[in-house]
Amino acid sequence: MIYVENKDLVIPGQILADDEYYSGRGTFKDNGKVCSSLMGLVSLRNKKIRVIPLKSKYVPKKGDVVIGKINDVRFSMWDVDINSPYSGILPAFEVFGREKKELNKVFDVGDVLFLRVVDVDEIKKAKLGLKGRGMGKFKGGIIVDIAPTKVPRLIGKKGSMINMIKDKTNCKIVVGQNGLVWVKGDEDMEQLTKNIIHLIEAEAHTSGLTNKIKNKLYLAIDGELPPEEVSEEEEEFVLEKPKLQNFKEELEQEEREAEEKEAAESPEAEDADEAAEVEETEEDNAEKDEKPNIAEVIEELRKKNKNKDNTISLGDNSNNSLILNNK
Amino acid sequence: MSEMIREDGRKFNELRPIKIEAGVLERADGSAYLEVGGNKILVAVYGPRESYIRRLLEPNSGVIRCRYNMAPFSVDDRKRPGPDRRSSEISKITADALRPALMLENYPRSMIDIFIEVIEAEGGTRCAGITAASVALVDAGVPMKDIVVGCAAGKVNDEIVLDLSEYEDKEGQADVPIAMMPRTGEITLLQSDGDLTEEEFAKAIDLAMEGCLQVSELQKEALMKRYSTE
Repeated sequence: MIYVENKDLVIPGQILADDEYYSGRGTFKDNGKVCSSLMGLVSLRNKKIRVIPLKSKYVPKKGDVVIGKINDVRFSMWDVDINSPYSGILPAFEVFGREKKELNKVFDVGDVLFLRVVDVDEIKKAKLGLKGRGMGKFKGGIIVDIAPTKVPRLIGKKGSMINMIKDKTNCKIVVGQNGLVWVKGDEDMEQLTKNIIHLIEAEAHTSGLTNKIKNKLYLAIDGELPPEEVSEEEEEFVLEKPKLQNFKEELEQEEREAEEKEAAESPEAEDADEAAEVEETEEDNAEKDEKPNIAEVIEELRKKNKNKDNTISLGDNSNNSLILNNK
Repeated sequence: MSEMIREDGRKFNELRPIKIEAGVLERADGSAYLEVGGNKILVAVYGPRESYIRRLLEPNSGVIRCRYNMAPFSVDDRKRPGPDRRSSEISKITADALRPALMLENYPRSMIDIFIEVIEAEGGTRCAGITAASVALVDAGVPMKDIVVGCAAGKVNDEIVLDLSEYEDKEGQADVPIAMMPRTGEITLLQSDGDLTEEEFAKAIDLAMEGCLQVSELQKEALMKRYSTE
């Protein structure tokens, strides 16, 4: 017997199924029943039940790419804050090999780095490394903090969301799996991107998000809505379709996406070409509901744009270690 | 059972009106706001996070710390601010009541901090605090076996009644606050203050458990509302 459906919202302690089901991540077995241990969405595959949390702390995992901040410089390693209950260490030999150099001349306290988790030990301390494309120190830019579970949503299907933002704002964006996002571009655009990212985080579980974000971006930058591509047939379909259904479908998609590239936003994983043919179909549905808000948004964002006429470029384009710029 | 009407017009097994809201604070990892009758309680949860108080950390499990605090303006007479004997006790029993439900082994060497702020008090703040704290913990995404819920029963005018108000707590003969895990029925907190016979005690516990189950439904509703309405 199973008591829930795929993509249902569940809370801790809720009974999900009887004994014949296997308990996966986010669930536990008690008295012959599979129960949820988190608040999240059910993911059902074969006879295995998992719960995907809506909120959680980042726990370091081998192979992840993360963004971290140097907290301390020690004799032969750096202490790195990786936005997690567990701090990371970056040993000097990961950076210099056998050579001997002074550590604080290379990275100093407060520097922000793009790193790879090389190893995680029994006490969950993460050993970090810099081997890989685009790894290294960030120069300039801002850091935006989101929940690690929302990272797949920010990237979107095959990077659709992130590429759209990058194209439109002309910012360089790097997403770490620990929920930190580095953004660099014009000062105005950095702020805009930050707001957009926070919006995505807040509405990660709603439907039609990519379109919504697209509209906001176009409004903020061009002052007009993007050309609409809604066919009439689809519109009719929308009316019949219950909203919840929508929501579920999207999450399904999103999850598939997340699993396809567990390695999330590593530079190699990006393929901007494929991003074009993304969420168009299902997401048109949600457009109707969103229209009322748009008028307000226009006003809001126009005001903002007026206030900031003088764009200042940070002018530091020597940052070639980071390959994550637009295409 | 007689249909005695209580001082505030409730029946013997009637709760005060309850309002719960999850996720009210921006900067906390999890938070909840709760009103029961005249009580107003705000709970913030931070963590699991790294702690520099190394001696408190456990190598194979996370730890929770709890701070219950009453605002100076929360009661009729001004409460002297700062920790006192009563709030230290409530801090401890709240942490003890919540701990059995938490799956802290997933986060070894980390710490979860719970801050319970009583903005207005009107009897039954410890149970309300536990109820709100577990909602905030769920909101923070801490893995849990069950959502702990607290509720009190007591004896007023020789009658066993549910959910004592401040007046009933002061004038009544006994107060039995409990906290439980509704799915399994395990009791994680049991205190008793006052004189009760064995039968009365059993009856009080049964009544309080019934109350807990009612409050539990409201907790679930509040959590579902946090995400499904948007």
